[in-house]
Amino acid sequence: MNAKLENRAQRLNSSLWALIAPLVTWGLHFLFCYIFTAVRCAKSGPFTVISDVRLAIGVATVVALLLVAASGYVAWAQSRVEGDLPPHDENTDEDRLRFLAVATLLLAGLSFIAIIFTAIPAFIFEDCQ
Amino acid sequence: MSSTATTNPDQDDPAVRAAQEERLRAAWAPPRGFFFRWTDVNNSAVGVWYTLTAFGMMLFAGVLALIIRAQLVIPNNDLVSASTFNQLFTLHGSMMMFLFAVPMFEAVSILILPQLLGTRDMPFPRLSAFGYWSFLIGGVFVAGSIFFNAAPDGGWFMYPPLTTDPSLSGIGADIWMLGLSFIEVAAIAAAIELIVGVLKCRPPGMRLNLMPLYAWYILVVAVMILFAFPPLIAGDILFELERLLDWPFFDAARGGDPLLWQHLFWIFGHPEVYIIFLPSIALFAMIVPTFARRHLLGYPWIVLAAVGTGFLSFGLWVHHMFTTGLPNISLGFFSAASEVVAIPTAVQIFAFIATLWAGRVVWSTPLLYGAGALAIFVIGGLTGVMVAIAPFDWQAHDTYFIVAHLHYVLIGGSVMPLFGGLYYYWPLYTDKKLSDRLGRIAFWLMFVGFNVGFFPMHISGLMGMPRRVYTYSDEIGLNTLNLLSTVGAYLFALGVAVVILDLCLSPRRKLAERNPWKAGTLEWLSSPKKENWGVRCVPLVESRYPIWDEPGFVQNVDEGRHFLPDAEENQRELMITTVLDAEPLQVARVGGPSIKPMLAAATLGSVFILITFHLYAAALASGLAALVVILWWLWTGTGIIPEKAEKPVGRSIVLPLYSSGPASSGWWAMFITMTADATAFLSLIFGYFFYWTVHAEFPPAAQPGLVGPGTYWPTLALVLIAAGWAATIAARETNARGRIRLARIALSVAAIATGAGALAVLAGPWLAELDPTLHVYPAIVWVLAIWVAVHAALGVIMQLYTLARSLAGRMTRVYDGDVRNIVVYHHFLALSALITCIVIGYFPRLV
Repeated sequence: MNAKLENRAQRLNSSLWALIAPLVTWGLHFLFCYIFTAVRCAKSGPFTVISDVRLAIGVATVVALLLVAASGYVAWAQSRVEGDLPPHDENTDEDRLRFLAVATLLLAGLSFIAIIFTAIPAFIFEDCQ
Repeated sequence: MSSTATTNPDQDDPAVRAAQEERLRAAWAPPRGFFFRWTDVNNSAVGVWYTLTAFGMMLFAGVLALIIRAQLVIPNNDLVSASTFNQLFTLHGSMMMFLFAVPMFEAVSILILPQLLGTRDMPFPRLSAFGYWSFLIGGVFVAGSIFFNAAPDGGWFMYPPLTTDPSLSGIGADIWMLGLSFIEVAAIAAAIELIVGVLKCRPPGMRLNLMPLYAWYILVVAVMILFAFPPLIAGDILFELERLLDWPFFDAARGGDPLLWQHLFWIFGHPEVYIIFLPSIALFAMIVPTFARRHLLGYPWIVLAAVGTGFLSFGLWVHHMFTTGLPNISLGFFSAASEVVAIPTAVQIFAFIATLWAGRVVWSTPLLYGAGALAIFVIGGLTGVMVAIAPFDWQAHDTYFIVAHLHYVLIGGSVMPLFGGLYYYWPLYTDKKLSDRLGRIAFWLMFVGFNVGFFPMHISGLMGMPRRVYTYSDEIGLNTLNLLSTVGAYLFALGVAVVILDLCLSPRRKLAERNPWKAGTLEWLSSPKKENWGVRCVPLVESRYPIWDEPGFVQNVDEGRHFLPDAEENQRELMITTVLDAEPLQVARVGGPSIKPMLAAATLGSVFILITFHLYAAALASGLAALVVILWWLWTGTGIIPEKAEKPVGRSIVLPLYSSGPASSGWWAMFITMTADATAFLSLIFGYFFYWTVHAEFPPAAQPGLVGPGTYWPTLALVLIAAGWAATIAARETNARGRIRLARIALSVAAIATGAGALAVLAGPWLAELDPTLHVYPAIVWVLAIWVAVHAALGVIMQLYTLARSLAGRMTRVYDGDVRNIVVYHHFLALSALITCIVIGYFPRLV
């Protein structure tokens, strides 16, 4: 099963769009957190308890983390494509694929951390003060 | 790509090579003559002018800073008045940001990127020239204002409401808005050029994993410009409408909100810091491997740093607004993002240190500047982590602590690496090395001067000295710290003076050898025999450091053994390759010397300058002149049908001379331009919803002048513009199938429908008698309607232009770039019409 999944992931198209997918996910999550909270707080005053916002951010965070993890998994699988020896800086299809995959994997890691960071305030602040 | 065999001329024969060189020389010959030499568009000429002008702007803004420090050297000083002081610090900040740092990045990139990529020029050389002339005109206009006591004086971020009140701020604010808006246009032009350059003009074989890291950074920065500058342009539009026509976007008494300006400014302003920082650190990424004598360690990690910083920098803007009373939870989001951005920033610094550690370091002058820059930048980064924490920022906000922080970041992250880059790349353009001795003296003067000048500001800030005060009293214990800061600033200036002395002595020095630093990257193919053609031939690249790794590489390039070693048709030619793997796609012909870019910049610049002085009729005339010049430029210089379909480029490869649609560079330029344009539009939409968010009732209760445009006219406008869009697509499809007459009819119908759509979208607010000076609601509706109408009018011009091209035989079934490009424009137009229709027509019904 795992080998099959890995094999499928390896055959997905890799491109510059794939490279930025994890960070785009972070961006959407970030905007969602900020805009939803800003509108909610502006419309209902500083002392409102925003448990609905916290719940929504929690759900959005889980979804975003799953998406980033999926893109990280594909990148990880692609970074294991068989081919030339390290350091993978040759003019070959495999090395270009591996490079994009490693860069995507690193960006997925960064995005994962960034999404968790963004979500933390929602679990510290209870209202709109 | 076709590989039908066409044999190369015999590159072993020196006579053949000499003849090729003669033809190349003729095709790339610079224009001569007292005036016409300025019509050059080659990157090596424009890049040098650009760099020198930006350097001059830095010196000018530096002198302003020295006057500021002279005023602050002792308490209660009266060297300059408070009003002059305001102009000094505003112009110092604005010039360093808009007229030095950003243009310098564009200048250096235009200068060295083609060399780094082994291409002969940028994909749109005339656009580079246009950008340069725009920068020069706008820059002189803004900088010169101080000699007329008319410089902007509201601080470099120009916060309303004081700056939007013409009776309080004079003409300086208009000069800032309009002069710098014009320069923002130049920045977007450069971004288009650089993105297409990096993605489509790499030499064959230079896959994404072999691209020089400089190009990665430039790609990221250029994309950032597309999303960072347009919100500021949108803000500028709102700002000027308030100043010139009294539309109350930032006037709280009439429903406006000064905070919207802060949002739009900082959505630009924070990424701006990284737009300045990344290109300079990119120079470092070229310098470090050369002097560590090894490949850079962690290539994908650097890409992570560049791309990651680029994205995250858009999630930080509110950390400039921590004290504006936003909910704490909102501050938390931005505080968190501000801390995360330290990760990618640190990663690249560790990669550089690791490379130096693992290499055999040659301690050269450029590397000394790099190392000093890192030390300064790290301190600025650490204070950045401090001010990213909201409670600390509440204490430090608007004090000298911030002044210290931002100068540590910008001088460490931008200025010092640029001086390192100057010492590193000077031989590439002059074939002479600068003096190591003077360079080191200058470095130590700057390094010591900088720290003596700026470190005490941390302390004076924590002691409570606010920024932007023109003097301070004797008793509050700030005397020594300010004296130190002034001494340090002058010491730093002395260091810059030594660098200038070094540059001035350069013509007297002897020629350096070729590739004097023994570097491994393509730009060092440049030979001391200066030729205007860039590279002798476009190389086949097999590694990240071809000069180091591939035996005989330099000789093979010199002997024209790779691609395009000739200019048989006396044309300036580049190779276009694929985005991921740099496989050859096309030979693109680019424009030679022309006066048109300069004329376009002059006429367009006049529009902005004349509006500043409220000379609207003259501005309109100038705008029409600009339109004529630009159409003339496009008509004569773009989409030219080649005399044959394809040509051999060497190594048995034959490439087409024309392409259209996504394969062509022009299509990408249109797509990128429209991305920036759409960002500006979305910023205005953001403005609408910002007002909706902050008001309990938006749109406001119905009364004369405040009743919205209803749904009829917006819907009709949408239908008409969508019909124009569909007809334009139909024109593309029928033209591609050889039904030329049908395509022309479709274009005519499209123009009529789009034009009617422009009128219909204006009819909504016009017939509803919305009064934009009464309240912010009618004002923002008008702005959105005008935005769509102006874009539809431009769309009509494009449709008629394409029709004329078809009638004139300049666009045919195969050579159909024009219609494919305008379809991209109309996709975006239709989208903005759709969003506008929903927002101004239907949204008020929902709330």
